Amino acid sequence: MSEILLKIDGKKVKATQGMTILEAAQSVGIFIPTLCHHEKLEPYGGCRICTVEAEIGGRTRLVASCLFPVEQDLIVRTRSEKVDRIRKLILELLLAHAPDAFELKELAKEYGADKDRFEKEASFCIHCGLCVRYCAEVKKKFAVGFVDRGTRKEINFIPEIAAKECWDCKECFPLCPTEALQAAYVLTRALYFPST
Amino acid sequence: MPRLNSPSELEELRKGILSKRDPNKPCITLCSGSACHASGSSDVARSLEEEIKKQGLSDEVEIRKTGCHGFCERGPIIVIHPEEICYLQIKPEDVPEIVSQTIKEKKVIERLLYTDPETNEKIVHESEIPFYKNQKRLVFGSNGNIDPKSIDDYLAIGGYSALARVLSEMTSEEVVEEVKKSNLRGRGGGGFPAGRKWEGSRDAPDETKYVIVNADEGDPGAYMDRSLLEGNPHSILEGLTIGAYAIGSHEGYIYVRQEYPLAVENVNLAIRNAEEYGFLGENILGSGFDFIVKVHQGAGAFVCGESTALMTALEGRAGEPRPKYIRSNVKGLWDKPSVLNNVETWANVPLIINKGADWFNQFGTEKSKGTKIFSLVGKITNTGLVEVPMGTTLRDIIYKIGGGIPGGKRFKAVQTGGPSGGCIPEELLDLEVGFDELTKAGSMMGSGGMIIMDEDTCMVDVSRYFLDFLTDESCGKCVPCREGMRQMLKILTNITLGKGREGDIELLEELAELLSEASLCALGKSAANPFLSTLRYFREEYEAHIKEKRCPALSCKELISFHIDPDKCLACMICGRKCPAGAIIGGKNMIHVIDQDKCTKCGTCFEVCPSRFSAVKKISGEPVPPSIPEEERTIARKSKQK
Repeated sequence: MSEILLKIDGKKVKATQGMTILEAAQSVGIFIPTLCHHEKLEPYGGCRICTVEAEIGGRTRLVASCLFPVEQDLIVRTRSEKVDRIRKLILELLLAHAPDAFELKELAKEYGADKDRFEKEASFCIHCGLCVRYCAEVKKKFAVGFVDRGTRKEINFIPEIAAKECWDCKECFPLCPTEALQAAYVLTRALYFPST
Repeated sequence: MPRLNSPSELEELRKGILSKRDPNKPCITLCSGSACHASGSSDVARSLEEEIKKQGLSDEVEIRKTGCHGFCERGPIIVIHPEEICYLQIKPEDVPEIVSQTIKEKKVIERLLYTDPETNEKIVHESEIPFYKNQKRLVFGSNGNIDPKSIDDYLAIGGYSALARVLSEMTSEEVVEEVKKSNLRGRGGGGFPAGRKWEGSRDAPDETKYVIVNADEGDPGAYMDRSLLEGNPHSILEGLTIGAYAIGSHEGYIYVRQEYPLAVENVNLAIRNAEEYGFLGENILGSGFDFIVKVHQGAGAFVCGESTALMTALEGRAGEPRPKYIRSNVKGLWDKPSVLNNVETWANVPLIINKGADWFNQFGTEKSKGTKIFSLVGKITNTGLVEVPMGTTLRDIIYKIGGGIPGGKRFKAVQTGGPSGGCIPEELLDLEVGFDELTKAGSMMGSGGMIIMDEDTCMVDVSRYFLDFLTDESCGKCVPCREGMRQMLKILTNITLGKGREGDIELLEELAELLSEASLCALGKSAANPFLSTLRYFREEYEAHIKEKRCPALSCKELISFHIDPDKCLACMICGRKCPAGAIIGGKNMIHVIDQDKCTKCGTCFEVCPSRFSAVKKISGEPVPPSIPEEERTIARKSKQK
């Protein structure tokens, strides 16, 4: 593996080919907030809270650090006025769904996000996909999945699979940042396999 | 049909086909594209066949059912060769006369010809009709001359000669070089240089590579890819095969919408025929090159027109985009180098090979070469598909070819580039169309949709409409697109309902920045364009809605009222009879008055009030004038007094 030198927040960082900006930053203890990232799972790039500024050859653009591969001489800024503005807005949009989620509230403090900026639409789910992907990628059970698309997209347990697989697993529960998952599971169980 | 084993066998076959065709034999071409099919072209075809038989002309006249001719406003279209007599809006009952007069007697039927609206002259030949005269139909032109179901028709116009040339005379490097030199840019939206995309794939180390046709045309009002695929499927197959040879791919996919049944049918037939002739399959034309093509029907998601979502869908998963930090031409379908180009891009390839990059470069602007097919729809006289050189001005497209705005209305804006494009106002009508020119104006080329809007169109409502479309079509994976659009749509809807608040514009701008900067794919990144471009050119309309609760275009229902001008109403009772809500009070010789509480603002009274009275008014942003007192409503008719 060839070594790559880049700069993150002014700090010189050694990374290897194939690493993402997020991994390189974490390796030297630089914190970048994430919501949909999990080390056991393939990068997803859904929440965009890990957006950072990446400068290559004098050109700066915003990229999702959980996905963007490191490059020689890359200059990364994990905080900037623009990055902060985007993170604040993302948090405000998500807080409309899950105003009491601990992780969101903590980040909201950091970025000055107002949980009441947008009208509440308490679906609780922030679509990070951790449960869906954990069940598919780690457990290979596909007991929970996304249905529909766009603003109508939601997580759903597949009753036939969930009735068999979920009762002694529930490893996805602690991954959920909002507890929407538990609610979805309880609902599925109540409706489709109440006896178990 | 035995497979052809060499370019010379192809030329022999072509000679054979041409020798059996008499250029002087009358040939009736009938547009049978989807638009003309909807206006009854299959009935016309049936009567043509019956009539020709009845009049005993079966051996002397050929009937050819072609793809779309483009002039959909006046379909179904018949062109009679070799004279090139063009008849428009043909009905089955016109057919006997056409056969007896024009085919037998060689007489032109005046009433079926095109009438120039300016000079009132009748125009006989298709190519002289202004709609066609001002076009440059390099890619689309063959549509009107060939039966898409006949591979022989395609061979008769020189089909597959570019492929034969590439396989026998050119190395893959030379093919890539020629396409690079032609400066061909992707016709699907992004305008990425096709040659560079190909080169990236050719140079990628993997053994397995793919070529893909993006025929998931989803922009409202756009149907150029559909018409090409329906009308000239072999041109796309030929281009695709050339591309495959250039990058070293042996497997290609055509991702086509399920909603395009005729395109699917014609392209599947074309693949079968091409396999039989040896233009696809193993050892193509004896060159040792193998290539197969599979058709994949999309399940109806707009986002699958986005290249990475399309590839994910081809792999059999839900069509969600993935980030393009590593380009698809290096890591695409099943993580293999994949060249994905749009239908029209592929159709340009055989032309470039046959006629050369230099020939191609003579058309267009400095950075946008060749021609582009646009679909002209909306408030335009000549709805249809037009092909013009890049660099043609919007004014020429809309007025010279499109025939301007119908009904004496004033042009307001043209929306280009589909839902992710933008609206271009009247003051920019002299803009030359090209990839960079349109982007600079805050819109984009997209796949070539052009929706013309007149003075009655509310620009706030237009931006709400496109955002509504995109909110529905977003895959919902990333937060900026899913949540940002959800909020933008709410705010825009409120503005059109008269519930806009101070600060809404600024909040929309903030959300628009989030969408363009932080979204995962091109759908989200460009979703704010309709809002941003209408704000840029029509800011005063947003402000009027928010501050004055007024819709300047008199279009937003919640912000307008209907009112009958008592000085103009002559109590004809038409509006009263037509009003579905029973909201009009009045009777014989009684000036009519609208009961505002009952009025549903359907606009019927406005439409039916005779233009010589024009008594019904639409008003917005001002209170409805009080109804005149009942005792003053009686009209004393002068004529009766005398």
